[in-house]
Parts: sequence; C-alpha cells; structure tokens
Amino acid sequence: MTADFCSHRISIITGHYGTGKTEFSVNLALALAEDGASVMLADLDIVNPYFRSRERRKLLEEAGVRLISSSQACSDADVPALPAELLTILENRDIRGVLDIGGDPVGARVLARFQPKIVQEDYQLIYVLNANRPEVRTVETAIMYLRGIEATTGLTCSGIVNNTHLCGETTVEEIRKGAALAESVSKETGIPVLCHVAEEKFVPALSDLPETVFPITIKMKKPWE
Amino acid sequence: MAKELWKGNEAIAEAAIRAGCDCFFGYPITPQSEVPEYMSVHLPEHGGVFVQAESEVAAINMVYGAAGAGMRAMTSSSSPGISLKQEGITYIAGAELPAVIVNCMRGGPGLGTIQPGQGDYFQATRGGGNGDYRTVVLSPSNVQETVDFMQEAFDIADQYRNPVMVVCDGLIGQMMEPIEWREIPKRNLPPKDWAANGRKGRDHHNVINSLYMDPEVCDAHNRHLDEKYAEIAKNEVRWEEVQCEDAEIVITAYGTPARIALTALDALRADGIKAGLFRPITLWPFPEKALHELAAKEHVKAFLDVEMSSSGQMIDDVRLAVEGQKPISYLGHAGGVMPTVEEMIESAKKALKEVQ
Repeated sequence: MTADFCSHRISIITGHYGTGKTEFSVNLALALAEDGASVMLADLDIVNPYFRSRERRKLLEEAGVRLISSSQACSDADVPALPAELLTILENRDIRGVLDIGGDPVGARVLARFQPKIVQEDYQLIYVLNANRPEVRTVETAIMYLRGIEATTGLTCSGIVNNTHLCGETTVEEIRKGAALAESVSKETGIPVLCHVAEEKFVPALSDLPETVFPITIKMKKPWE
Repeated sequence: MAKELWKGNEAIAEAAIRAGCDCFFGYPITPQSEVPEYMSVHLPEHGGVFVQAESEVAAINMVYGAAGAGMRAMTSSSSPGISLKQEGITYIAGAELPAVIVNCMRGGPGLGTIQPGQGDYFQATRGGGNGDYRTVVLSPSNVQETVDFMQEAFDIADQYRNPVMVVCDGLIGQMMEPIEWREIPKRNLPPKDWAANGRKGRDHHNVINSLYMDPEVCDAHNRHLDEKYAEIAKNEVRWEEVQCEDAEIVITAYGTPARIALTALDALRADGIKAGLFRPITLWPFPEKALHELAAKEHVKAFLDVEMSSSGQMIDDVRLAVEGQKPISYLGHAGGVMPTVEEMIESAKKALKEVQ
C-alpha cells in the first residue's frame, strides 16, 4: 500500500500558498486509486488561477480518479464558485475523497460552510509544509498559518506532510531540512508527521526517517518540462 | 545564499521593496493580484506606502504624483488594467518622471482570458498612449531574472527620468521557482533636483508638467526626448543568444516561449539539427543591430518567431532587423494557450526544410 499513512475516508489538503498541495493531492489520489479505492479528487482552489489539479483531468480519469471542479467558465472568471458534486464526497461513504484546497486561511475558507457535514465524517485535515517557502520556514510562522487554517475552517488538523522541495533543484538535504521543521512543528503542536513527500529517486536515501516516505512523480509540470 | 521557493508575483513585490520602492499604487486583477496583496502586507513594514486605488486610472495617476515628488513609485496590473493606465504613462513620459510599471500579461483582446498571453507587445513597445514617447521594456523569462530586473527597472527609470515597464506573462507571475537574492550593482544616479517636493531654499519652484502650449517649445521638448531615447537605445539594449554560433535555424522568442524554446533546442540538437535561440531581453530598445548581424551570418538559414500571440507582434521587429536577409516563419497561440516543445520542434524542422 503506497498511501497507508492516509487512513481516513476524506483527506483535506491545506497549507500555505505554493507549498505543493496540488502536486501532493494529485499523487495521493492516484496512490489511493492504485490501492483499489474508489477515489474522487475535488479541486476547491478558489485562489490560484493556474497550476490547478483540474489541468490533469485526463491523467486522473485514466487512472480511475473522478475529478470534481467548478466549471471552466466560473474559475476563469475568478468567480469563487464551488462544484455541487462536492457533496458526493461528503455523503457517499463508499468514496475516498481528496479535497485540494487553496492556499492560506483565505483559500481554506471554502471549507467553512461544509464544516457541519465534514465533522460527521471520517476526515483528516492535512497541513502541507514546505521549508523553502519563506513565510512558513520557521516553527512559529508555520504554526501561525496552521492555526489560521483551523480557525477559518472550524476543523482540527491531525496530520503534517513534509513536502519540502525546490522544484527541479530539490536534493535529499532539502527534504531532510523540511523533516526537521515538520518534526519541530509536530513537537510543538502534538500533531503527528504523516509522511515526507519525495520524488522516487530520493526515496532510498531517506529510509532512515522515522515516518513514511511517500514516493511521487511530478504531475504538475511546466510547459518546458 | 540558500535558494528559496517564491511565486513570481510575490517575488516581484519583494524585489521592488528591496530595490527601495517607496510607494505602490495598485488595483487587483488576475493574474497579478499577488503583487498588490504582498505589497499591502510588506511594503508598510519597510516604511513604504501601499494604496489600493479605486481604479487602474487612479493608481497610475497616483504614481505620476508620487514620482513627481521624487519618490520611487510603482504600479502593477495585467493587460486590460495596463490599457487603462496608458494615459497616465504618456503623461509620466511627457513630464519625464521615473516610474516602474509591471504588466503580468494575459490573453486578450478586451477582457480575453486570465491565462498567460503576450498580446501586449505592440502596446508596450509602440506606446499605448498618445504622442512621441518611448517606454523602456524589460522582459524576463524566469522568476530569478524578474527579481534581478526590479532594481534595474527603478535605476533605469531614475537615470533617464523615464517610465520603465517590466513585462512578464501570467505564467511567470503565477509559477513557483527557486530563486536566490543576489546583490545587483546599484547605478550611480543623478540627484532628483527636479522633484516638486517643496522649495527647499531654491530660487525657483520645480514644476511637473507635460503641457507645452507653444508649438516651438513643444517641438523642442520632443527633440530633447528623442535625444534621450537615442541615448537609452545606445546604452540599455539587452539580449541573449543561446547556441547561435553555428545555428541554421534560429528561434526568436521572449518570456515564457523563450523558456520553452530552450527545451526544444536540446531536442533539436539531439536530432542533429543546429538550432539556436535569440532572446530579446529589452523589447524596447529592441536588439536590432545584433539580430541584423546574426541574420547576415552564412550558417543561419531561417528564423522561427514564437509568441503567445495569434499572428505575432514582435515578429514585426524581427522582420525590421532581419531586413529580408533570411526567411522568417511564425508559430503562435493566443488566448492563454502556450506553444508546446513539440510544436516548436516541428515548426523549426519545417522552416529549415523550406529553405533546403
């Protein structure tokens, strides 16, 4: 099982802008599908106009992941509209759901109206951390954003994901730097570190980390990659 | 210094603050809204002033006023918003004031799309406002270069008392890239003894103005501006040539298409095709002489111009520079669609085949 660190029915992926939530969400949805689950991924990012999980619709659907996103017309018009089908994830308990949320407390605001429904379900609010993003590189600021997201959504975070990278310039050392930050945030908050995200080539060099290393392949490529 | 991961628009704002931007006047529009958002939080921390204006027109006129008082003033917007600023830009150019304007370009015309575009080349380089004026146009092709250009933009503006535009397409504004904060050499700049910031013991008031009622005086003012533009054209032209030394097919591109072209070059070279890239970095002044000389080289057989524009805009400057020495073909998309590596490879091969 590639995604056994993620045992709850609904995974809600939050974090600071640009920490790599979408890359993690897409890879997580694919891993859950590979493990045999019936998976739906909801693109609920109302902040970012580009690099959205819906851009990988074909890839996801070919892998058996159903993608839910607001219509192109709504999102390209900057209308913060949410897809009605989202309720399928919240109500159908046979579905494993991954919710890809926009950055910061402002992006997480979309969850607030669904809070009463979400708390009835087996969910996990995941906080994605990237130690190379200047605004969350210290324990204090990383916790500040985490608490801000919890306050906005009315949900409780129960897992930290270390997704520290530098795009094409990532090294094992970078991932370890993020692991140290995630560990400190975990110690301070009591929230466990769920996994460390690493491109497959880095996985063997990280086997000594106490938590799971989640192997990914980059799906949100830039046009020249 | 260790690299950090920055989003293009945030990095533009941070770089402007580090370059000593005193005040920012803006209005939100996708895909550049992170610039004013970041400025609103961080510029006041450095003693600067952020104002969200009531419109783009108001914002550029606030820039006009603040620049006239000797401040390092800046605004940013995206295509339709930049259209609204044109009147202010021509006033700033006419009154000879330094100002920095960032255009994070999206697809047009009109409201177009929020996806990336390059259809504002004519507007930026030909002057979208009225009258005979020029705006220096810097065109970075990645986040690091964008960051490095912000101080240069302010310095060039101050040195020549002229508006400087930094054009990047929406992709550069929206993408995350590792960057490092480098020390950019500061220029030795003239004092702003022309600023309308109080009399300060002078024997005259400084006046900021673009109105010259007397035709002779207005003509003389235009001649003076023209001499200044000639000086800028001589000193500030920038471009990059990649693998052009032996290239048979040369791709001309700026911004994101130039970035895509680098991948296409590798693939073409691996296929035994001698391909190169000529990337204008200043769109005005355009690197006309360098491109003319490259076109004259015997090994160069053909050019392929690639833009995020329906039938091309920079291609006019490429044609003027190449002056018919070699054929020029075109590949482009508008409306937020980006040219792909595969399309570039195919178009380059086709262009080369046509001359053989």
